[in-house]
Amino acid sequence: MNPFSSELWSPYLVGAGIGILVCLGFLLSNKAIGCSTAYARTSGMAEKFVRGDKVKEKPYYKKFIPEIDWEWMLVLGIVVGALISSLLSGGFRIEMVPQIWEDTFGSSQILRFSGALIGGILLGFGARMAGGCTSGHGISGTSQLSVGSWLAFLFFFIGGIVTAVLIYGGV
Amino acid sequence: MLERLHGRKKFQLFLGFLIGVGFGFLLDRGGATDFNIIVNQLLLEDFRVLKIIFTAIITGMIGLHVIVKLTPAELQPKPCQWKPIIIGGLIFGVGFAILGLCPGTAAGAMGTGAIHAVFGVIGMLLGAGIFASVYTNMEDFMADSDLGPITIPGSLEVNKWWIILVFSIILAAIMFFLERAGL
Repeated sequence: MNPFSSELWSPYLVGAGIGILVCLGFLLSNKAIGCSTAYARTSGMAEKFVRGDKVKEKPYYKKFIPEIDWEWMLVLGIVVGALISSLLSGGFRIEMVPQIWEDTFGSSQILRFSGALIGGILLGFGARMAGGCTSGHGISGTSQLSVGSWLAFLFFFIGGIVTAVLIYGGV
Repeated sequence: MLERLHGRKKFQLFLGFLIGVGFGFLLDRGGATDFNIIVNQLLLEDFRVLKIIFTAIITGMIGLHVIVKLTPAELQPKPCQWKPIIIGGLIFGVGFAILGLCPGTAAGAMGTGAIHAVFGVIGMLLGAGIFASVYTNMEDFMADSDLGPITIPGSLEVNKWWIILVFSIILAAIMFFLERAGL
């Protein structure tokens, strides 16, 4: 079983806490919590490093300027916050191949890393096409009762559930 | 007072970081930084992740609308471009299941020592970069189905507090039945 179990908090407590953070972001920073634009900006920064300033001419990067902004710092904070939490709970551990993946595809690290890369490409592309991710649409957008965000939330999970059942469902 | 706070750029970056630390901490305590917990949610075997999201929506929905009522702050709903949302949402969903994490929780998973999540993050950078490169070819497609930043109470022409009440009851009822069913 999952070794994290004993360190897990009630999902209702965690959810209420996240809802309060969404409100704080709005009140203190006038920002809706979201993560996926940080990836687009970082990608632009990396491209700028390789190809120079002409990257800034791409229409998409005129809309999402490749620079460190509030959301970028938020995503950096998520890494640090999860690190602190897992160190305090003792849940921190180096994980190469997660359990359910191993049950389905075996313990090959190369296979899992390739799968994670492909999954990541689809996530990054899909999130930018849909205009947000599980936090930007799924929590902040739905909380604002945005029609597009509820639609996105629905299709994230339809795509996710069908794919998960097809891939891991036989376990 | 809040507007002056919003204008302090460097302090805002620090605030973003602090809220991120809180978010990452909670995601980890909720189990959402764990591939197995996310995949078990997508397999509909353990509803922990949806319980977190539903509770966050109820809290955020009530809180945000109270803030809008009491302060000069305004909501910033995203445009409803329904075609790219449906297609992009499904592509996102496929990646969600394969990586077993999403953009926020993958960042958190890296913090908990998940090396495979690093490859997911590299993939997301590539995917976002690919989208930025093909964006010029897709601008028409993106704009074509844009209904603007519409909201549910606005489209239905119903008082938003009724929608908030009804949605809170529905989400709470779903969670109540999930608990009773032992999920």
